[in-house]
Amino acid sequence: MSGATAAAGGPVPRKKSKVGSLERQQRISIRSSYAALSIFVVIFLVPPFYMVMTALKSSAEISAQQGNPWIVQSPTMENFIQLATDASFQRYFINSVWVTAMVVIISMAIAILAAFSLSRMGFKGAQVLSTGVFLTYLVPPSLLFIPLFQIVGTLGLINNTWVLVLLFPTLAVPFCTWIMIGYFNSIPKELDEAALIDGATYPQILVKIFIPVALPGIIAATIFAFTVAWGGFLYPLAYLYSADQATLTVGIVRELIKGDVFAWGMIMAACVMAAAPPIIVYTFLMDYYVAGLTAGATKG
Amino acid sequence: MADGSTMVVGASATTPPAPRQGGTMKRLARRRSMAALALCAPLIALIICLKIYPTFYAIFLSMLDRKMNHFVGLDNFAYLLGRPSFHLVIFQSCLFAVTAVVMKAIIGFILAHLMHNIRGSSQRIWRGLLLVPWVIPLSLSTLTWWWLFDPSYSAFNWTLSWLGLPEVPFLGTVWNARISVIMVNTWFGAPFFMIMYLAALKSVPEQLYEAAAIDGASAWQRLIFITLPMMRNIILITVLYSLIVTFADFDIVRILTNGGPQDGTHLFATYAFAVGIQSGNIPRGASVSLFMFPVLATLAFFVLRDVLNRNKEVAT
Amino acid sequence: MANVSIRKVVKSYEGDVQAVKGIDLEIEDHEFVVLVGPSGCGKSTTLRMIAGLEEITAGEIWIGGDVVNDVPPRDRDIAMVFQNYALYPHMSVFDNMAFGLKLRKFPKDEIKRLVDDAAKMLDIQMLLDRKPKALSGGQRQRVAMGRAIVRNPKVFLFDEPLSNLDAKLRVQMRTEIKKVHQLVPTTTVYVTHDQIEAMTLADRVVVMNHGVIEQVGAPQELYHNPQTRFVAGFIGSPAMNFLPVQVVDDSGLKVQLADGTKMAIPPERVDRYGPYKGKKMTLGIRPEHMTETHESEKPGVQLMNAKVDVVEPMGMETLVHHFVDGVAVCSRVDPNTKCRPGEILPLAIDMNNMHLVEDSSSRVV
Ligand SMILES: Nc1ncnc2c1ncn2[C@@H]1O[C@H](COP(=O)(O)OP(=O)(O)OP(=O)(O)O)[C@@H](O)[C@H]1O
Ligand SMILES: [Mg+2]
Repeated sequence: MSGATAAAGGPVPRKKSKVGSLERQQRISIRSSYAALSIFVVIFLVPPFYMVMTALKSSAEISAQQGNPWIVQSPTMENFIQLATDASFQRYFINSVWVTAMVVIISMAIAILAAFSLSRMGFKGAQVLSTGVFLTYLVPPSLLFIPLFQIVGTLGLINNTWVLVLLFPTLAVPFCTWIMIGYFNSIPKELDEAALIDGATYPQILVKIFIPVALPGIIAATIFAFTVAWGGFLYPLAYLYSADQATLTVGIVRELIKGDVFAWGMIMAACVMAAAPPIIVYTFLMDYYVAGLTAGATKG
Repeated sequence: MADGSTMVVGASATTPPAPRQGGTMKRLARRRSMAALALCAPLIALIICLKIYPTFYAIFLSMLDRKMNHFVGLDNFAYLLGRPSFHLVIFQSCLFAVTAVVMKAIIGFILAHLMHNIRGSSQRIWRGLLLVPWVIPLSLSTLTWWWLFDPSYSAFNWTLSWLGLPEVPFLGTVWNARISVIMVNTWFGAPFFMIMYLAALKSVPEQLYEAAAIDGASAWQRLIFITLPMMRNIILITVLYSLIVTFADFDIVRILTNGGPQDGTHLFATYAFAVGIQSGNIPRGASVSLFMFPVLATLAFFVLRDVLNRNKEVAT
Repeated sequence: MANVSIRKVVKSYEGDVQAVKGIDLEIEDHEFVVLVGPSGCGKSTTLRMIAGLEEITAGEIWIGGDVVNDVPPRDRDIAMVFQNYALYPHMSVFDNMAFGLKLRKFPKDEIKRLVDDAAKMLDIQMLLDRKPKALSGGQRQRVAMGRAIVRNPKVFLFDEPLSNLDAKLRVQMRTEIKKVHQLVPTTTVYVTHDQIEAMTLADRVVVMNHGVIEQVGAPQELYHNPQTRFVAGFIGSPAMNFLPVQVVDDSGLKVQLADGTKMAIPPERVDRYGPYKGKKMTLGIRPEHMTETHESEKPGVQLMNAKVDVVEPMGMETLVHHFVDGVAVCSRVDPNTKCRPGEILPLAIDMNNMHLVEDSSSRVV
């Protein structure tokens, strides 16, 4: 801000009367920023808005095709109630929760231990491993899903939610480890030395110093693992074919859509319910996540 | 780590070391690095078993025939390269990745600047609102887009006719569908660019702008000579990373068009899925995925180089 | 409480970097020893080897009668204060101080009593519930010391504990540390590169340079009788002036500058410097021994005129920079002395406090 003020002022001090107009200019620039942002926000929020609107419509209202589709005429919770009492939807939800919980726990355990080791203990090849971790983060899920299909088939895990517990960590762990290495590296070396002298063992240093001090990083990494597992689509679509094993994403996309256009109210209600947990998580923990995400790029 | 070697240097320089000392030290150091290795074992196992091994296994698979009994060399690749529908896949993947990333980068850059203009507590709220597209699981928001595009109930088309404009078959023709999937991807990915750029903008020291202002630089000159060079690395990393992710995208096309109309929107990932999982031709599906490999590897190389450079820069 | 002995200790890092090149040092029980030297001379490395944070490449370190080479830091019964304090940011001041005791499974009420006692001594009782982030630099410093004191260790180790403080606070905390040591006379090894800190705190000062010990001695002894050119130049501020000279016999032993100026060596030193007759040596003279002239000069004082180059008034004294025989030197004169740049100032050089350095060995003879 001060930069802009100084710029406006220029190298030569100007007359008082001009300063007022410059301030006005600046105010206008801020106002127009707000205006432009408002337009973007409106555009960006069209789909979620429509998602909620449709979810509140009855099937009759949707199929009638009367009036403005953007506005719900007679809002109803019917779709939500029906889903909440629907055994297969409950199944998807439970599957998602269980897969996500397992993936988060496993990924974080692997990532924290590895990051602690790579950041503090060191062994031959630690540098190579760090680089390798970053490279695996760059491997998208769609590159290897076919050989993995064969592999999990051999393991007898096809159509079993365990397959996701096994495979989602491959997407989550590299980035979680990378974030955690960054956060652990930012803890001054003297802190563990002080703890060492105070009488702490390595496990104690990890549990009593590193984990609490790097808590923001742990939150960021946890959210990432959560996002991967909760929103993952390709793996459940490829490896889980029966409805009772489906997670929310595939459950909604594959099972709820049976070509019946009149189910859209319900489908959108299901989307709202499935999108709610991430939205709640992000609402409260956004700052940690953004910090974790951008730390890698801006701080190294 | 290298106590063994330094031990000798130290010892020869002065007194002979007490014999027991060297042994214990070495043993201690070795035990420590064993423990360090053990802590990394799950990570290493995961990388080897579920990343490296599948990569080689994919290469092996891609050289088998459909029944997976016979080795056919590079026939699968040759077959694919001879198919016009696969040419479309290559074309669409490149078009999709490049166009979507450019759009995301530009919109993200504009958004980041707008956000940077408004400071203080309201910025958090605006950021939160703009991040919504990126927070909703992609498969679910794509479903909503599909519903918005729906031929008979399209809310977009209702709006167009309300405005007195002709209706548009968003997913009905090849080029419309191509533009639609790019649009959805841009909508989903622009917020990510925004937060990366915003973080970069915030990391540019304010004094630089003040110095430039004193030197008489205009707003435009400040953008060209300070902001862009300072953000260069982050822009590069974000764009390269996004190219990888977008190039390998699956969810949007799979849900919105499932490759249609006339195979015009298939990406490598969705085509591999259709061929490998849906039609059950695992080897050919594996070959389709492997076509992505050189592109991804090249991009990954550049990302890694930039990230390592950046780390070095930050460290010094 | 314990004595510490360092015997022929060597530390090499990978890539043939010898940070410490075989040092010997005996530290008595209750003694306050300060390691001082320029940056990179191996002070921290030595301290960290005592703490057990660095492995010892060769030699032995004894604490209280035991070889501790293979003893991990937690079993050495030492406490250390770091330059950046290294307080645990997520713990309150109380928990910071209690951490070591908790790990050693002290009973709760005992921990409370010990922490309270230490807090009282350092005057930080009212800060016990705060997090380190909410403390000023000086307060953090006290907490870091408190954390060391509560454990009542055999040895205190300090690594430049005051260098993150501003000048005024540094002086205050220096006094504080000295006071604490008088109350709790634990054997202390203190690292600093600030020679004033070293002189004021130490029972004995250890001057290190390039990984070796140059000289060990009481502060005054180092000041008056430096044994090497390095110590002579390092101790004292502003630093000692060095002039190239030749020892000549010209109706009595004299040192001769290159421009021919001769200065008489005091008679009681003639025997000491006699053997170096005819040799090229370096004359060392402190700025405080090159002062303004007085009415009645002591014997052994040599007069000379200096063309003033720069004048730096310091308040209690004034520093005058000038050239002797083309070499830039500094004199310390009374603040009331009138002098301006370009003027000629008569100076008296107190040859009773001269030092003569043998160039080949860099030793003071
Ligand atoms: N881990 C290391 N690897 C290689 N060389 C090192 C390492 N740590 C220290 N050194 C080298 O050892 C020498 C002594 O370092 P040390 O930290 O003991 O210096 P110091 O006297 O404490 O200096 P300062 O006053 O700057 O703290 C330095 O030259 C340093 O470069
Ligand atoms: Mg040091």
